[in-house]
Amino acid sequence: MVLSIRSLTKSFPGTRALDAVDFDLAAGEVHALLGENGAGKSTLIKCLTGAYRRDGGEMVLDGQHIDPRSTVEAQDLGIGTVYQEVNLLPNLTVAQNLIFGREPRRFGLIDAATTRRAAREMLARYGLKIDVDRDLGSYSVAIQQIIAIARAVALSGKVLILDEPTASLDAREVEMVFDVVRGLRADGLGIVFVSHFLDQVFDLSDRVTVLRNGRKIVTAATADLSRVALIEHMLGRELEDEVETQSAEEPDADRPAFLRFEGYGRSGVVAPFDLGIAQGEVVGLAGLLGSGRTETAEMIFGVRPAQTGSARDMDGPLKLSSPAAAIAEGFGFAPEDRKTDGIVADLSIRENIILALQARRGWARPIGRAEQNRLAEDYIRRLDIRTTSREKPVGELSGGNQQKVVLARWLAMNPRFLILDEPTRGIDVGAHAEILRLIHELTEAGMAVMVISSEIDELVAVADRVIVLRDRSHVAELTGPRVTGDEIMRAIASEATDRRGQVPA
Amino acid sequence: MSLLGRIAPQLIALAALVALVSFFFPGFLSISYHDGRLVGPVIDVLKRGAPVALLAIGMTLVIATRGIDLSVGTVMAICGAVAASAIAGGLGVGPALLLALGAGALAGLWNGVLVAVVGIQPFVATLILMTMGRGIAQLITEGRILTFTDAGFAFFGSGMMLGLPVPAWMWLIAGLGTALLMRLSALGLLIEAIGINRRASALSGVNATVLLIAVYVASGLCAALAGIVVTADIRGADANNAGLWLELDAILAVVIGGNSLLGGRFSVTASLLGAMIIQTIDTGVLLAGFPPEYNLVIKAGLVLIILVLQSPRIAAEWRVWRETQRAPPPDRTRTEGGA
Repeated sequence: MVLSIRSLTKSFPGTRALDAVDFDLAAGEVHALLGENGAGKSTLIKCLTGAYRRDGGEMVLDGQHIDPRSTVEAQDLGIGTVYQEVNLLPNLTVAQNLIFGREPRRFGLIDAATTRRAAREMLARYGLKIDVDRDLGSYSVAIQQIIAIARAVALSGKVLILDEPTASLDAREVEMVFDVVRGLRADGLGIVFVSHFLDQVFDLSDRVTVLRNGRKIVTAATADLSRVALIEHMLGRELEDEVETQSAEEPDADRPAFLRFEGYGRSGVVAPFDLGIAQGEVVGLAGLLGSGRTETAEMIFGVRPAQTGSARDMDGPLKLSSPAAAIAEGFGFAPEDRKTDGIVADLSIRENIILALQARRGWARPIGRAEQNRLAEDYIRRLDIRTTSREKPVGELSGGNQQKVVLARWLAMNPRFLILDEPTRGIDVGAHAEILRLIHELTEAGMAVMVISSEIDELVAVADRVIVLRDRSHVAELTGPRVTGDEIMRAIASEATDRRGQVPA
Repeated sequence: MSLLGRIAPQLIALAALVALVSFFFPGFLSISYHDGRLVGPVIDVLKRGAPVALLAIGMTLVIATRGIDLSVGTVMAICGAVAASAIAGGLGVGPALLLALGAGALAGLWNGVLVAVVGIQPFVATLILMTMGRGIAQLITEGRILTFTDAGFAFFGSGMMLGLPVPAWMWLIAGLGTALLMRLSALGLLIEAIGINRRASALSGVNATVLLIAVYVASGLCAALAGIVVTADIRGADANNAGLWLELDAILAVVIGGNSLLGGRFSVTASLLGAMIIQTIDTGVLLAGFPPEYNLVIKAGLVLIILVLQSPRIAAEWRVWRETQRAPPPDRTRTEGGA
């Protein structure tokens, strides 16, 4: 093994990002690293490239224990990285980019002729016939990506990490980059490949390691894995594993819809869909990362308003052109990324809780301080927010408590329809159960709730009905007894398996 | 935090400065009373500090939204030119004031739309008006220094009311009014929220676009008041020099007031104290009898000392030092229950 990682552990306040993860990389293999958001892929890579210092475990490269403290040190050790965004300098020439930082010198000056010659030699093995004197920015992203690979290989030469290198490339360009990667594999380089695109993983990789919630779930040869099995590992569900659910017994079909979306869509974001939501109902949205779950929620809440279709309730059409408009219609939205979209970190718990309510009342009608205190104390108690004081800045709370503050902000509004995007991500088991219990309480009081989650078990536990998304469109709707982990998994995996001709039994 | 706790560093800095100036110029705190007016160096500071204090009010709000307004010095010149040409054209004091305030509001609207709607960075957006604005002022004054003799308008620069100079009343009232408006309504909270996290605030239904435009309009109005003061004081509009570089003094006043340039929590009162600190240095250096060529160097040195003493790192060191003086040291490792 060129690289072997044992029991790698890394914690951040409130979460354990990596929990005793093992990972091996052989020379001359492409090893894919997979997992949903928050699985620990990027933490693993950052520990490997010296961007983070690990808390525990060991990393062995070519028989030597390593502990890189910076990306430069990792590079010197032999570990090079290419990121999704090309991080070279578009306004320098190709040759300058390739040689940058170790220019050949002659009488103390940079030797341009030698630079050019060295650059041409570096590119020769990649079959790239381009003018090294032109600015890097004048070439396509694919060629820039290959140049980034060439530079990383030249600088390090043992391990190459490709962190979603194909995210902004089209199919032909992907093939071009892959040919280069296959060539490097043949030359004996160890390559770590991170991607969300399963087709590419099956196309390119020799082995696959799946991470979930900071733990290693499986390492297997790619040829031995079916697509469904891979998705099972990523989402933490097994097809055979039947879970009895309470939602299975409720007949939902005859509940009248009090919110109705027809032909609702936005080009390039979410394909038009029809959706009715009943009072007291929990609708789950399932799908892989990038399938359009969050985009659906943002469209309904007016963050990126719909371009087609209509939304209406029993009294007539709804205006959902902005978050403020959606709030006026009685909607609430707790976004996926609490830190950037949810909390206002420097404001106190009290101020965060009253923010939406105050925004709706308008600036001229401030909520009295006594009323603010009452609301804050009330929700701190009801949601069991652990804090020493309601005046503590929200940024100082743990992730689960921050999530409860965002929930409290919406509950204080008493919305009729609440959208929760990954309400339990990155919070511990206890708070997880409390939030699911809270969702049940809310729906019993008549509120409709939409829950977006990567955790299929969570959706099965909480949702009356599950909409499955794939490639930015709503592809299946499961109700009543069909809301099971199996059905959701099959719906997520179906088209992909059809295309590969590997329909599971 | 209580108001007194928030402004304590500025009050201490101001008191230390007054003590320092009094050492070189013992009569600094003496105030006498003639013909219904208070006279003395301190009264002079309150009057001469008025333009920067007025600008600092609006600048505080803009900086709280994580913005900056570089155009205020130029807007002063535009509004002064508008007022002077209205007076010279025989329009009377009332219309001249309204036109000047209208010009300030319009300038603020321009900045606010560029920042909040077009999405240009505040530094660049307001730089446009900063460079273009003096040209506008020159077009209004037709390149001359536009003078007038209207005593009614001059009242806003050199008049007295209840013993105090009118410019001092103007910033005191505008500052008190703004501070009360911010804290008695929800404006203060909403402005802080969009300054800390505009996206999260907008997702909570805060109309960030309108609020952003409003703070730039407020800054424009404050610049208009400052422009009225300097124009009325010299009874003329000087498009080239009115308010020159004052935007930088206003930003400095906000920073001395302990407000973060990264936006968020703000105190108008502390910024006003910052403006008075700057003016006390300016006046004090003159009164203390240093040769004028030393003025800017001494001012820069004093400002540096004040800012270093206020810096969070020094404050943290100070707290640590104080705690090590106590025995036994308090338990600082208390943690929140994770959930």
